[in-house]
Amino acid sequence: MIINQLSVFLENRSGRMHEVFDILGNVNINVSACSLADTSEFGILRMIVSDPGEARRILKENQFSVNVSEVISFATPNTPGALSKTLKILSEAQIGIDYLYGFSPGDKSFIVLKTDNVQKTIDEFQKHEMELISASELYKF
Amino acid sequence: MKTSIWNRHFETMSRDQMKQIQSERLRETVDRVYYNVPYYRAKMQEAGVGPEYIKSADDLKLLPFTTKQDLRDNYPFGLFALPMSEIIRLHASSGTTGRPTVVGYSRRDIAVWSEVMARTLTGAGVGKDDFIQIAYGYGLFTGGLGLHYGGEKVGASVIPISGGNTKRQLQLMHDFGSTVLACTPSYASYLAEAIDESSLDREDLKLKVGIFGAEPWTDNMRFEIEKKLQIKAFDIYGLSEIIGPGVSFDCEYQCGLHINEDHFIPEIIDPDTLDVLPEGELGELVFSTVTKEGLPIIRYRTRDLTRLHYDTCKCGRTLVRMEKCTGRSDDMLIIRGVNLFPSQIESVLLEMDETTPHYLLVVERINNLDTLELHVEVEDRFYQDKISELQNLGKKIKNQIESTIGLSVNVKLVEPKTIERSEGKATRVIDKRKMG
Repeated sequence: MIINQLSVFLENRSGRMHEVFDILGNVNINVSACSLADTSEFGILRMIVSDPGEARRILKENQFSVNVSEVISFATPNTPGALSKTLKILSEAQIGIDYLYGFSPGDKSFIVLKTDNVQKTIDEFQKHEMELISASELYKF
Repeated sequence: MKTSIWNRHFETMSRDQMKQIQSERLRETVDRVYYNVPYYRAKMQEAGVGPEYIKSADDLKLLPFTTKQDLRDNYPFGLFALPMSEIIRLHASSGTTGRPTVVGYSRRDIAVWSEVMARTLTGAGVGKDDFIQIAYGYGLFTGGLGLHYGGEKVGASVIPISGGNTKRQLQLMHDFGSTVLACTPSYASYLAEAIDESSLDREDLKLKVGIFGAEPWTDNMRFEIEKKLQIKAFDIYGLSEIIGPGVSFDCEYQCGLHINEDHFIPEIIDPDTLDVLPEGELGELVFSTVTKEGLPIIRYRTRDLTRLHYDTCKCGRTLVRMEKCTGRSDDMLIIRGVNLFPSQIESVLLEMDETTPHYLLVVERINNLDTLELHVEVEDRFYQDKISELQNLGKKIKNQIESTIGLSVNVKLVEPKTIERSEGKATRVIDKRKMG
């Protein structure tokens, strides 16, 4: 259930993000989810892609600093309070959230989550019968 | 503005007389270092010269050079020519990684220092009726105390306020009626702006003279400071290895800095061939001290590039004049009076990992203050997905540099391979300050 997420270090310069997507597009790698975290100095682009190994290789070849980190993805009903219930599980299990990003395209919300203990998060979610999404499922979206 | 001359005998003697005095003093100095400093003796033996070869100042060229590295290699006291019981003062270069350069003064050395600084201040028209506000740092740095001795020697009222604390500088400048300000030119500019922004009226201040040095500055900066502060600004030059401030100074005609050459004999050499260059040619300035007892130094390579002029000055002084230094024959930067070698930054970065990341130093002068920005390439091995860890990395570099070098620095993390490389070698420094 662990998903390998790519993160790319970006300077705050226009055109840099475009370059990343251009490189990935050219080798036919699809980006299923992404999020850009910015600070005043630099940005971090996080992505779930169809072929993380190849994406990493090609980005490194193009002189980007790339890091692979483990995240998980889950779905909740797209209703008020649904995410709150999920977060309560984490809070009660004393799991810290590093960051998350998500979107609700229809009757479900899809969330990518990074916590300080990925395996424990998976265990807790399974215990609570949450709908976890595997990497292969995610790539199909 | 007419100023006087502190030591008319030495400052206006004929070239022949000067040569004779320099020759006598050089012979004594070479004798002393040969018999008292094993390192010098070994170097001279290696070069095949002994004291008997040195008959006049013209024979200086036979002697081997001394470099900053020689001082470091003999850290701390290896080049001293007196027993430590005769050394009454130690100063050390500030803000270097590894070994600082240490200099020692005998009681007579301090007297010589006071003498050359008295000449310096007198050349700028400073006398016993003046109040001299010394805003150079006091401490291991030679700036503060050098000015201090000169001020006392000419009988001025010395205000040893040291650097920093701008608000207090302005208050005492006003309340004590300071007539002379001694500090780095960039701090003078900064103070000028602070005066503008304060409630003080220029009319309420008695300031008339500035004694500025310890960092390179242009004539344009001089005009700007003179206009802003409504003072006459004088340049001074010195380095701790030779004595500190007081090596050379401006007279009222400001056509080159007079070198106190009865104490410090200058030469200009080609930094590549090491040959002595004729009068008027641009090259590296080299000094031999001929009166110092604690740390006599033979043919010290300053790395400063300048020219020498031996004609008599309109002020009446015959002391040789050096032009404002136009650059360096090494990669040393002077930032807010602090000497900085790019290699120092490198050694800080090296401590973080086995190999040095690519970096670029950008030096700028913003609002008359030098700023230092360090770009570091975030290579894969430093890169973390978490923002907080990246920010910590930047902070760690910043703190390390600030604590070892003593200069504040902005650290900017940049992408790999974005720092320009020319011919495979990375550019390490971009100095955007306009230096003439």
